[in-house]
Amino acid sequence: MPTELIEKLKPVVGGPGRPGGGGRSDDNGARSGGGPTPASMATMGMAFALAAIAMLFVAFTTTYLGHHQDETWATLPLPGVLWVDTAVLLASSAALEWGRRQARRGHAVAFRRGITAAWGLGLVFLAGQLVAWRQFVHLGIYLSSNPHSSFFYLLTGAHGVHLLVGLVALGMILPRAWATFPPFRSTAVEVTTLYWHFLTGLWLYLFVMLFWL
Amino acid sequence: METALAHDAHVTHHREGFIRHYVFSLDHKMIGKQYYFVTLFMAMVGGALAMLMRAHLGWPDRGILDPETYLQAATMHGTVMIFFFLTSILTGAFGNFLIPLMIGAPDMAFPVLNMMSFWTFVPSVLVLLASFFVPGGPAGNGWTSYAPLSAVPQASPASGLGQTLWLVAILILMISALFGSLNFLTTIINMRARGLSMGRLPLTIWGIFITAILALLSFPVLMAALTMLLMDRVAGTSFFVPANLLIGGTLVHHSGGEPLLWQHLFWFFGHPEVYILILTPMGIVSDVISTFSRKPIFGYKAMILSLAAIGFLSFLVWGHHMFVSGMNPILGATFTISTMIIAIPSAIKTFNWLTTLWQGRTRFTTALLFAVAFVSLFVTGGLSGIFLAASPVDLYFHDTYFVVAHFHFVMAAAALFAIFAGTYYWFPKMFGRMMNERLGKIHFVLTFLGIYGTFFPMHFLGTNGMSRRLYTPNFYPFLSQVQPLDVFISICAFGLGAAQLIFIYNFFATILRGPKAERNPWEANTLEWTADSPPPHGNWPEPPVVHRWPYDYSVPGAAEDYIPQTVPASPAYAGGHGGGGGES
Repeated sequence: MPTELIEKLKPVVGGPGRPGGGGRSDDNGARSGGGPTPASMATMGMAFALAAIAMLFVAFTTTYLGHHQDETWATLPLPGVLWVDTAVLLASSAALEWGRRQARRGHAVAFRRGITAAWGLGLVFLAGQLVAWRQFVHLGIYLSSNPHSSFFYLLTGAHGVHLLVGLVALGMILPRAWATFPPFRSTAVEVTTLYWHFLTGLWLYLFVMLFWL
Repeated sequence: METALAHDAHVTHHREGFIRHYVFSLDHKMIGKQYYFVTLFMAMVGGALAMLMRAHLGWPDRGILDPETYLQAATMHGTVMIFFFLTSILTGAFGNFLIPLMIGAPDMAFPVLNMMSFWTFVPSVLVLLASFFVPGGPAGNGWTSYAPLSAVPQASPASGLGQTLWLVAILILMISALFGSLNFLTTIINMRARGLSMGRLPLTIWGIFITAILALLSFPVLMAALTMLLMDRVAGTSFFVPANLLIGGTLVHHSGGEPLLWQHLFWFFGHPEVYILILTPMGIVSDVISTFSRKPIFGYKAMILSLAAIGFLSFLVWGHHMFVSGMNPILGATFTISTMIIAIPSAIKTFNWLTTLWQGRTRFTTALLFAVAFVSLFVTGGLSGIFLAASPVDLYFHDTYFVVAHFHFVMAAAALFAIFAGTYYWFPKMFGRMMNERLGKIHFVLTFLGIYGTFFPMHFLGTNGMSRRLYTPNFYPFLSQVQPLDVFISICAFGLGAAQLIFIYNFFATILRGPKAERNPWEANTLEWTADSPPPHGNWPEPPVVHRWPYDYSVPGAAEDYIPQTVPASPAYAGGHGGGGGES
């Protein structure tokens, strides 16, 4: 869903002056900045989107906990690949954060490396999730086999879809990062990084929920 | 400098092509109008379904609808009216149109997202309308789509493809509404004009603001529930289907689901949804009453706090929809208490509306009539709500026509009246023309009588024990005595429906050839009235600067009985209204 948020955030530049700033009119110099920047507005918009996504997963996992209390609950084995995958996603988040910070210092090469590594590791993560799915399928565990399997596919799938959106967003930033003059202070990078970290945290939450509760 | 550039940009906007201007528009006002027209159409669809239901219920022996069609009409009436009319017109049409104009911004924070919100809304409407034409017809399991009826296609004749499309349509609609909500919040927080602090916002904007928060937190919960229900239907999972479910004597192959969880998730969304339908109307009514009483709104801060309190409490009361689901009595008592507490902010608001009207120099415009009638409907519906909130009483009233009467007053009709008030009030700004007041007043009187005539007798049907989903009310001897009441209700409902044709005529005739509106025909204070009627793309050549709260009506010593928000504070009447609510 939030793909559009990333690249298409082209905010109308707000009215000059801070919103709600003082009641007295002071037309001299009133036009000189201090207002919300497009970047801060985009970050706020993303924060609201993340709140909505968080509520989506809160609803999923409360239902999951409700089911979990069932006496007939059967727990699935934990696919080992998920450990690797967790490490990969953490590394991806770290790489993106590193790249973003390097960009702020104007280090184009490090920025490119960071963002490209994050994107590649994100792909690896999704591939790893597919491997976990395949392993369950080989064991004869399908979406409708039992409540735990239903929730496993549902939660990993819903997380994966959101991650795919993040990959698309990062993929749209990549060509710009590799351009001769990369955007060192890009709203898209800031907002996507926020989104990406959120998905990493969300994965840790789901991982714990699915296999450690 | 910046302003000059912004102005140039807006000038070039005027030369945009037909597609950019009327179809894929980025202008919040055009998007608002697009929403208005689509939701108005959906209101007609929902209204037509209600007429069908009343035709059957008034004369059940004539076989106007068969049982399945009747349940489908009821389901789709509720779905269309709640999701595709009330929710969508209040946020989509009024929210989009009013927010930038009332906060002095050139447009929304994210215009592209705004356009996408509308163009995700359209597919959801199309999917829902398509479900009328699939084999088996549209969904017929109630607008609440309780599992397992809605989860197992074999469970009911109206649980086929139509139910699947219902789920898909609502899912898409929720995405569209979320795009809108996060845009509204970001816009209201960041793009207010200079001098317009949150404490000086018109109450309409406060209503929309809190509505957007509720939507942002509750719609995703419904999306989760819809996703799981959809998977139960198409992928064979058992999120909401219990084990060993027998349908028509055959065992359904599902295991370990929990149908009650659907109710919890649905109502965790559903109760905030009810307030999503009423908080914006409360704001609209506050502004309309203040403007036409020529008095500042009474208790501005109390109005904001009570809006926020109702919004907060809406997340703690969902269990009162489930008193008969076998819940622990202690839990029932808890939900009873939390529900009763809502009476406090509601009463504060009612008190403040009445005190605003009190001794005002009232101008009885159509908009004011609808706004005052809103208060009446809200009180009538609120009083029956006290009965339903008490869990021991609700055991008797649950799923009867008493509930139908209650929510049609407090939520449906009240919201409808606020929409009418808002339409008559802002029509000059939307279309630059004045609606016919005489037709408006005829429309008001007939609608007001029609609403009370239709829904008030339903209380008595409910106390007589008539179930709200009953197809044949005359089948039971104990209900045969109230059958004449059903005939009366149906006749009133037809009158109510016919009265809306006056509005439709007035609306479209005015767009075509109504008298031109001035900039500020109602002599109101809020910022939208300082823009042209209708405002150009970008709204103002220069962004407005705000110097006062929006309710400076009848200020002692002032030359006029209104002082727009853009008028600088002058020593003559620089009184205590600066921060808003100083008088209360």
